[in-house]
Amino acid sequence: MTNVYMPQKAQILEITPQTDIDYTFRLRANMKPEHGQFLQLSIPKIGEAPISISDYNNEYIELTIRKVGTVTDAIHELNPGDYVFIRGPYGHGFPVNNFKGKNVIIAAGGTGLAPVKSIINRFYRNPGEINKLNIMAGFKSPKDILFRDEINMWKEKFEVLLTVDNGDKKWNGNVGLITKFIPEIDIENPDNTIVIVVGPPMMMKFTCLEFLKRSIPEENIWVSFERKMSCGIGKCGHCKINETYVCLEGPVFNYPKSKELLD
Amino acid sequence: MGFELNIQSFNNVLKSLSENYIIYAPVRLKGKGMYSDTDLVTYGEISSYEEIELSEKSRYSPKEVIYPITQTLFYFTEEEFREPSINNKGIIILMRPCDANAYLRLDNIFLKNGPYQDNYYKKLRDKVKFFIIECTKGFSTCFCVSTGSNKFLDYDAFFRFEGDKITCDVKNDEFNSVFESGKKIEFEPKFIEKNEIEVKLPDVNKVSQNLEYIFNHELWEEYTKRCIACGRCTVSCPTCSCFTMQDIFYKDNPKCGERRRVWASCMVDGFTDVAGGHSYRQKYGERMRFKTMHKVYDYTKRFGIPMCIGCGRCDDVCPEYISFINIINKVYKAVEERSETK
Repeated sequence: MTNVYMPQKAQILEITPQTDIDYTFRLRANMKPEHGQFLQLSIPKIGEAPISISDYNNEYIELTIRKVGTVTDAIHELNPGDYVFIRGPYGHGFPVNNFKGKNVIIAAGGTGLAPVKSIINRFYRNPGEINKLNIMAGFKSPKDILFRDEINMWKEKFEVLLTVDNGDKKWNGNVGLITKFIPEIDIENPDNTIVIVVGPPMMMKFTCLEFLKRSIPEENIWVSFERKMSCGIGKCGHCKINETYVCLEGPVFNYPKSKELLD
Repeated sequence: MGFELNIQSFNNVLKSLSENYIIYAPVRLKGKGMYSDTDLVTYGEISSYEEIELSEKSRYSPKEVIYPITQTLFYFTEEEFREPSINNKGIIILMRPCDANAYLRLDNIFLKNGPYQDNYYKKLRDKVKFFIIECTKGFSTCFCVSTGSNKFLDYDAFFRFEGDKITCDVKNDEFNSVFESGKKIEFEPKFIEKNEIEVKLPDVNKVSQNLEYIFNHELWEEYTKRCIACGRCTVSCPTCSCFTMQDIFYKDNPKCGERRRVWASCMVDGFTDVAGGHSYRQKYGERMRFKTMHKVYDYTKRFGIPMCIGCGRCDDVCPEYISFINIINKVYKAVEERSETK
């Protein structure tokens, strides 16, 4: 009988600090996830935690992990060459193939940029897949900004709006929540525009409402939910919202479904 | 095939069965109750009729036989992940129809929810032989008839215990030879047809149509005040299936350890904690709503039968005397009233 909880061993190839507490771990793995799927990462004797896959190709996957708990604290202590254990990928990702030829807006708050980064990089490599991409990335403060190098790279091909809730002396960029900038952005054809919103619960709620005000149809909006899945496969119950198992039916949801997730 | 046995011959049957099976039944543990000088009635291994406790409802259900409170999934030694071995013997459980139906409810979660079957559950579950204890009266908080879990026909054997006389129907031919010492008789299993308590389960479609109304209904506020989030209801529930993964290392050798799963409760703090400190359903009333809806609405919608099997254990164990029976009836009433006025 297949042991569905048996993880596979994966070597850490590279560790890139993003901020003081967010590191990107590149692991050797041939996983082929969908954009937006998650996996269960574990360190034996410490524990297991659900982590979204922030990037991948045939040889590696990347996980951007904030140091906020037992497992994530422990992984931050590891070095390239060390091993972690992974199982997955689980859940449903973004239906990126349906976004072909469309205008795409990706609005990400904080670590919410991680689960959508692979989509941005896919479009960066294949800009012809879509008509246009707008990226809106919001962080608490300049020191919390993730993927700085990639954000600069994306600016070559896409419109990127980077903003922080609170600036500091050196910051001369945008200040304010993403919601502040949505009324100003250029949306030519709302019906042909796909919006992806990922971030903290309140950010997602109000960001979606702002896009609805800009006449984006509900079914064009996609969100991703964060819950602490313990099993990832519909058994443990931790991620259930009313009748929906986030690990099975999500973590990516179409807005009409997500607004019905009462909790 | 029907058989009549006396206690002596029944004990002989248990003895022969125990060669290949571990036999579980409700037992009375003297002095192990919650209060001083009280007993605990729960499930345990037995080898004789005298150990079986039939006069009282067990506080805990037989679910832990196949879904242990703490279950080791892996032993870690250095780099190795090793699955624990399990006993080769089969499992016979003497249980009432409601608890047998609860096993079918657990099956849906562990074997049918999502794309994968839970291998740890399946390995133990596949060993189970249902030896049903006839239950025609129930207890004061039972409402199995209302939840449709008063009958269980897919049994291996079915027993009627009447003092010194034990009669039974053996459906699984594997066991016929063991029972042959008994007198052959005609046996028709009986089931409880009416409980003292009747519960009205809310109509799933009507709840669906009024979901937001029910979710925000004031009835839940009472439980924010009364419930203390101790989780006893979920521990005693034969259908509660939630768990948390937990890794440990051995104090005297931190290189070795285990990955376990332990029962978790949606009523208890920490169940919905996500990284960074956010959590959902912080009010106890919201947790009560979440549990209630799982038991009588969303599970029903997903699998076609209510999750609750009407054993009433949650009512028996609640330290705040919260009645789940009342909660279900309140939801029913709220849904019906709303549907009429619409």
